[in-house]
Amino acid sequence: MKDIKAKILSNKLVGRAYYKMALGAPYIARAAKPGQFVQIKCSDGLEPFLRRPFSIHRVNGSIEILYEVVGKGTEILAGKKQGDFVDVLGPLGTGFSLPLTSSLEPRAIIIAGGIGAAPLVYLAEELTKKKIKTIVLIGAKTKDAILCEKDFKKITREVYVSTDDGTYGCHGFVSRLFHNILKTTESRFETIVYVCGPNGMLKCIAEICAERSFECQVSLEEKMACGTGACLGCAVPTKSGNKLACKDGPVFNATSLSW
Amino acid sequence: MMKIKIGKIELKNPVMVASGTFGYAKEFEKLVNLKHLGAIITKTITLNPRQGNPMPRICETASGMLNAIGLQNEGIDDFIKEKMPYLSKIGVPIIISISGNNIDEFFILARRLNKIKAISGIELNISCPNIKCRGLVAQDKKETYEVVKAVRKTTSKTVITKLSPNVTDITEIAKAAEDAGSDAVSLVNTFLGMAIDVETGKSKLGNITGGLSGPCIKPIALRMVHEVSRNIDIPVIGMGGIMNAGDAIEFILAGATAIQVGTANFIEPGVSGKIIKGIEAYLKKHKIKKFQDIIGRTT
Repeated sequence: MKDIKAKILSNKLVGRAYYKMALGAPYIARAAKPGQFVQIKCSDGLEPFLRRPFSIHRVNGSIEILYEVVGKGTEILAGKKQGDFVDVLGPLGTGFSLPLTSSLEPRAIIIAGGIGAAPLVYLAEELTKKKIKTIVLIGAKTKDAILCEKDFKKITREVYVSTDDGTYGCHGFVSRLFHNILKTTESRFETIVYVCGPNGMLKCIAEICAERSFECQVSLEEKMACGTGACLGCAVPTKSGNKLACKDGPVFNATSLSW
Repeated sequence: MMKIKIGKIELKNPVMVASGTFGYAKEFEKLVNLKHLGAIITKTITLNPRQGNPMPRICETASGMLNAIGLQNEGIDDFIKEKMPYLSKIGVPIIISISGNNIDEFFILARRLNKIKAISGIELNISCPNIKCRGLVAQDKKETYEVVKAVRKTTSKTVITKLSPNVTDITEIAKAAEDAGSDAVSLVNTFLGMAIDVETGKSKLGNITGGLSGPCIKPIALRMVHEVSRNIDIPVIGMGGIMNAGDAIEFILAGATAIQVGTANFIEPGVSGKIIKGIEAYLKKHKIKKFQDIIGRTT
């Protein structure tokens, strides 16, 4: 973990209010694992006061973040230009655990809800590098909120999309798509499910996984102050007491959480 | 040039990190050269483990933040077993922040810590606004006196009493701490505050209210340090919104013998190191030989 003054290599609008920013942070790129995040100081002044946490979206010598403009911090970030510098602290937190390539054949199902796609592209890359069969399901409210479809398609052939309003892909929640996929695919695999998205969706996916005894790893989003485990502001209630989203998470095994 | 003494503790510089903003130091080992710090004050511990308050626990405000963590900690047994071994090895004065539900708990905590050689001092957190009880000890001069007196009797370590700004007259509380034998006072803890989400009509904190910290409280904290330091003879440790060396120097000019960096650790984890260098540079620039010469210079 280091606090780096990183040069912005690019900052591009990639959809409705979604941006991709590449940051020159070789140390973080080397140390990062899928599911980890960085804390970025969006402003040089006091507004907004705290840093903002962003999942590490991709790693290739530099790091990329994928973000949605939702408030003061991300608005300022969206206005940054190539060549500007920002303070980036990372890599932080505990990310996804990759399945052990044991005797049973593992299969990963990645489920992304909206901006929840952010940490999952890097995960998909790492999974396929390990030759693990990877299926990706992307869900969003509507067509223009479907993110990273092309990126995922470059990584794996099996990418399925659903929208709540039916404007693109299957009509309905991604949990329904998940149900359908499970019905139509073989079950000789040891399935492990990775999911990031809104809380309601995470819970729903976690329930389906519990019924089938699939391991389910969820990446949670919490407001944070420090990101390093010092302030105890991002407590997550679990069956073994409060854990921290920034240190013990943001990725948790779904069965450990007290939803 | 920067050496100072607080009670029995000799600090190589006046920059400490504030309780509750630096964990138990290990969290920052890769981000700060811990050996360079004047002292480390650890997250408040209590006799028994505390789960803390419900979420949300933090909320950003204009030039600051509210927190309502509620003293989440694993209790003193876990602290001694799990955290002390690491803290013992750092090589800078370690000051343990403690809080109790009553005088007995403060007494027991202080007595147990007194046996641990690696601990230099104890900071009495009688001013956390996020725990449910009748009121804060630090809001009552008699209770403050009694808690400090009880702790003083049981420990030979340096005792620092951390004061609350949520009072009418902070000086009378500081005097009570001094009379009871406190070696120093540290001020200020956070200001009780709140923030509301207008869409839901609910407080932005699970605990409804929380403690306000950051640069937004600095002018008031500075005034309190100025006032208290003129009315007591023990050292004042100043804090409240210190973000850089300039802020730290203001507190020293106001009358603080040492300062604590708090909320700034969340935003710039390496800031304490920069503040130490910044104070040194200031002293050189103004040709001040001894740091002590500027304490309380602003009259």
